[in-house]
Amino acid sequence: MSYNWNWDIFLSPTPSGESTYLGWLLNGLQWTLTLSLGAWIMALVLGIGLGVLRTVPNRLLAGSAAAYVEVFRNVPLLVQLFIWYFVLPELLPTTLGDALKQTDPLAQQFFAALLCLGCFTAARVCEQVRAGIASLPRGQRNAGLALGLTLPQTYRYVLLPMALRLILPPLTSEFLNVFKNSAVASTIGLIELSRQSQQLVDYTAQAYEAFIAVTVLYVLINVLVMFGMRVLERRTRVPGYIGGK
Amino acid sequence: MDTFDWTSIPGALPILADGMLITLEITATAMLVGILWGTVLALARLSGNRPLAWLAAAYVNLFRAVPLVMVILWFYLIVPTLLQRWLGVSQSSDIRMISALVAFALFESAYYAEIIRAGVQSVPKGQVDAAFALGMPYPLTMRLVVLPQAFRNMLPLLLTQAIILFQDTSLVYVIGLADFFGAAYKVGDRDGRLVELLLFAGAVYFILCFGASLLVRQLQKKYST
Repeated sequence: MSYNWNWDIFLSPTPSGESTYLGWLLNGLQWTLTLSLGAWIMALVLGIGLGVLRTVPNRLLAGSAAAYVEVFRNVPLLVQLFIWYFVLPELLPTTLGDALKQTDPLAQQFFAALLCLGCFTAARVCEQVRAGIASLPRGQRNAGLALGLTLPQTYRYVLLPMALRLILPPLTSEFLNVFKNSAVASTIGLIELSRQSQQLVDYTAQAYEAFIAVTVLYVLINVLVMFGMRVLERRTRVPGYIGGK
Repeated sequence: MDTFDWTSIPGALPILADGMLITLEITATAMLVGILWGTVLALARLSGNRPLAWLAAAYVNLFRAVPLVMVILWFYLIVPTLLQRWLGVSQSSDIRMISALVAFALFESAYYAEIIRAGVQSVPKGQVDAAFALGMPYPLTMRLVVLPQAFRNMLPLLLTQAIILFQDTSLVYVIGLADFFGAAYKVGDRDGRLVELLLFAGAVYFILCFGASLLVRQLQKKYST
């Protein structure tokens, strides 16, 4: 093979001299992690809220949550990201939109990506939460209400503690998806991990080293998350259920 | 806030239609290759042959651990080199489409393999035993007994995956290929009407995907009885 392998490239200084190419990679990793974890927290909060709404008796609330899910599930993530980034500032009132456009471009990219990934993932979390609540025997809700708990209390003390533990495995794969989907943020210029790989190619022309390093980092994130979630699953297992003791 | 100006869309419809053709071409190819190659991977993973099962599992897990954006970039790096060496294709010819097709086909195979594996496992074990008892060899058992039932069970999932795939093809944007989304972006950028074109593209995707998912749901209802 005529390709010149040069793994030392990661240790050589970047043109600006402030950092090494390895430093760039780690910086990209940091953005990927910050963005993904931030979006995941947002998705959990919003998604659990929406998932609960989808199962309440009120038709209007359940219907709006369902509409949210359909919209965010049936438009490609890339299109959603571009809408958050390019369209939203135009739709806001002029003064607010202009103020937004004056802010640091990096902050604009980051928050657009955060909102986009958070809302997108929330729709998927919502569906898992709904499925989890629906999988519980109907008697659980009725028992809670019969004991005199209000509907919010029934959710808080009876339904959600069970449902959330049951849906941990599918939530794990959604959590993994957030990290993978965060790579889409590279398209609006956020220098996260996958964008960093392209930048390394542009600067060093050592494409294979850069791509292999970035791919390994993604696989590593994947393995760590799976491991962590498995520990969490074991600790929160419900006795008497499949996988429980 | 400016008022919307949708006038650049009617004139751009031919460009957008060309883009949609590319989108559909990638979706169809990836779906076809994905289901075929995915079936092979799933059967390999379920087979008693340890190294084979391990290889298939490694393939599936690797592709599922890496973002699609990275996969597209990887194949955009590898495919041209290979084409040049094996087929002598000149470097200047447009290989973006070929690398996108290869990337999507191989990437989707990993996802289809998991769906098909679950589908095969959903067929009762007695079916396989019965086929073996009738003297059918493994290939015939799979082809005539297990796979037809498995595909019937997983048809809704396969179609749902196709809808996701259809949306994901927009990511060929990262290698500058003008699929439907890429075309919309280009027109919007050219006419200074990015807002309208992005909203239009979003609406088109929504209508197509929502419509398709309603059809899948209906199909599911029909089959589940």
